[in-house]
Amino acid sequence: MIDFILSALRAAIPAGTPLLFGTLGEVYAERSGVLNLGVEGMMIMGSVTAFGVVYSTGDVWLGMLAAAMAGALLALIHAFASITLRVNQVVSGLALTMLGLGVSGILGRGYVGRPLAVSVNPVNIPILSDIPVVGPLLFRYDPLVYIALILAPLLWFVLNHTRWGLSLRSVGEDPATADSLGVNVMAVRYLAVTFGGAMAGLGGAYLSIVYAPAWIEGMTAGAGWIVIALTIFSTWDPLRALLGAYLFGGVRVLQYRLQPLGISPNLLAMLPFIFTILILLASAGEAIRRHIGAPRALMQPYSREER
Amino acid sequence: MKGLPSLELQKRLASPRWLQTLAPFLSLLLALLAIGILFAALGIPPLFAFQRFLEGAFGSSYGLSETVVKSIPLILSGVGLSLAFRARCWNIGAEGQLLIGATCATALALAYPQWPRAVLLPAMFLAGFVGGGLWALIPAVLKARWRIDEVVTSLMLVYISSNLVNHLVYGPWKGREEMGFPYTSKFALSAQLPRLGWTRIHYPTLVLGLLVAVLVYILITRTRWGYEIRVTGENPEAARFAGMSYLKTLVLVMLLSGGLAGLAGVGEVAGIHYRLRYPEGISPGYGFTAIIVAWLARLNPLGAILTSFLLGGLLVGGDALQVALGLPAATIFVFNGTILLFVLAGDLLARYRIRVKWRVTA
Repeated sequence: MIDFILSALRAAIPAGTPLLFGTLGEVYAERSGVLNLGVEGMMIMGSVTAFGVVYSTGDVWLGMLAAAMAGALLALIHAFASITLRVNQVVSGLALTMLGLGVSGILGRGYVGRPLAVSVNPVNIPILSDIPVVGPLLFRYDPLVYIALILAPLLWFVLNHTRWGLSLRSVGEDPATADSLGVNVMAVRYLAVTFGGAMAGLGGAYLSIVYAPAWIEGMTAGAGWIVIALTIFSTWDPLRALLGAYLFGGVRVLQYRLQPLGISPNLLAMLPFIFTILILLASAGEAIRRHIGAPRALMQPYSREER
Repeated sequence: MKGLPSLELQKRLASPRWLQTLAPFLSLLLALLAIGILFAALGIPPLFAFQRFLEGAFGSSYGLSETVVKSIPLILSGVGLSLAFRARCWNIGAEGQLLIGATCATALALAYPQWPRAVLLPAMFLAGFVGGGLWALIPAVLKARWRIDEVVTSLMLVYISSNLVNHLVYGPWKGREEMGFPYTSKFALSAQLPRLGWTRIHYPTLVLGLLVAVLVYILITRTRWGYEIRVTGENPEAARFAGMSYLKTLVLVMLLSGGLAGLAGVGEVAGIHYRLRYPEGISPGYGFTAIIVAWLARLNPLGAILTSFLLGGLLVGGDALQVALGLPAATIFVFNGTILLFVLAGDLLARYRIRVKWRVTA
């Protein structure tokens, strides 16, 4: 039993890593006041781009970089539409998801069923990985797990304790005041949304070259939407995103570990989505108790003339 | 010295009506141009693609009839969504509500094949409406009671319903005589909708869709409740001060839009497939395409009749394109996404002027 729990916990961390990348990015975008529902589309563009680049060059890091750029590029469309043109952010984000799903399907048609020649192997952190129980649980993952793990506190620090973070938060809470204090509202929002896209791209890349190395059409299978929910669950806090993402990794692992018990795989496949709704319920209760809410200017386009 | 150019939007003092009416169609044309460029970039010959596309959707009587077939679920779901979006209720789960509607109707068709047609078919539509409506009520209740964002919950319910349908057709409802396919048994004749001649146009659903469009149009423009929906969507503060209940609007709008998507699902199982199948076999994303139907029609239910015909053509043409060029099923989403983006932008440009400003940096 303990072995089962330990191995499930071990598997939960990589399963949650793509969600963590995506959530960290979306937290930044939303803290700047822009809701981007295109995460699913940006993630899958990351998946196909990374797979394509790694397939033809064999260079994993180049693949990750290309995936981040693909995600950022798609995010720029949303940024232009929602920040400059001030269109409805919900609909624009949806359009982005559709676009990403479609373009990735066309781009990936030559990659279906192809294996990758290179793989990303776990690194054993010297000494620490030899500690019994804790060692295998904490110190034997692939490098990207650690990158995501380090990014969370780093992004938390930048957001809460630097000038940049202050600008970002002020733009998301009260853009008019931020503007009058000399913050370039448009530039900050553009940056935050583009950064969010790059992170979603990395999350998608993790799926297609590390977690389950292959290209399958629509392989993100709703992960991007879970990211949107996790952003709410994390109360727009990068550190809490860590908790949410790994918790969800655990649910995903549970989904596969419960299959041998004879429960229909289709019913088990509902688990993450049912759990998402439950988790939103849980955070709603907390939000009402502790008076935390979304960034006040979320979904509100800004314009000097119409403030 | 000239610095970075920046775009600024200026509100037009008077937006001419012709511009507002024409904007969606101009955007549609521009979107097709953009798709052509995108296709060329992806290595697909755009002219050949468009030719195949148009031929497939509108070039033959068969293509035209299929376009009408695909516009049926789009009218029903699109009209519902135009109602919901007017109240700023972001129901993006019509796809799931459609599947639940199809499931509820199938349950009746499989359980009571001996009922006379005149009873069974209306009962199936009723079941589909109630099922889809109640399914949409979940996000409404979550929003009303706990202020949980309906965008995420309505979408989560799409995945849940699609897995439910999969569970049913692979498991308990799997038809014995279906040679291992994930289908239920074929419906009895009493549960099959009549079709128009040799086509697959199940006209009772089509008539229902047109009727619903007119009724919802009257509801929005001529009734007090429609007025409340519009005010709630455009100015929630004012609505609250005027004593309108947001809760009532939210619940009714979600119930109706979900119910209409449910009707669309009934039409698909009772008019096209005569059985419940795996989710992608029932709907190639009608519930998502319906979002564009509603938006392209500027949330006007009567306009949705026209736009659902256009987007039905898009689906048929997309199919032809996929077959001709060996493209994946997701290709249709390229059309959907691009068109939606351009329609959004076009909508805006009808109301604003764009000015390029050169910021002077010393």
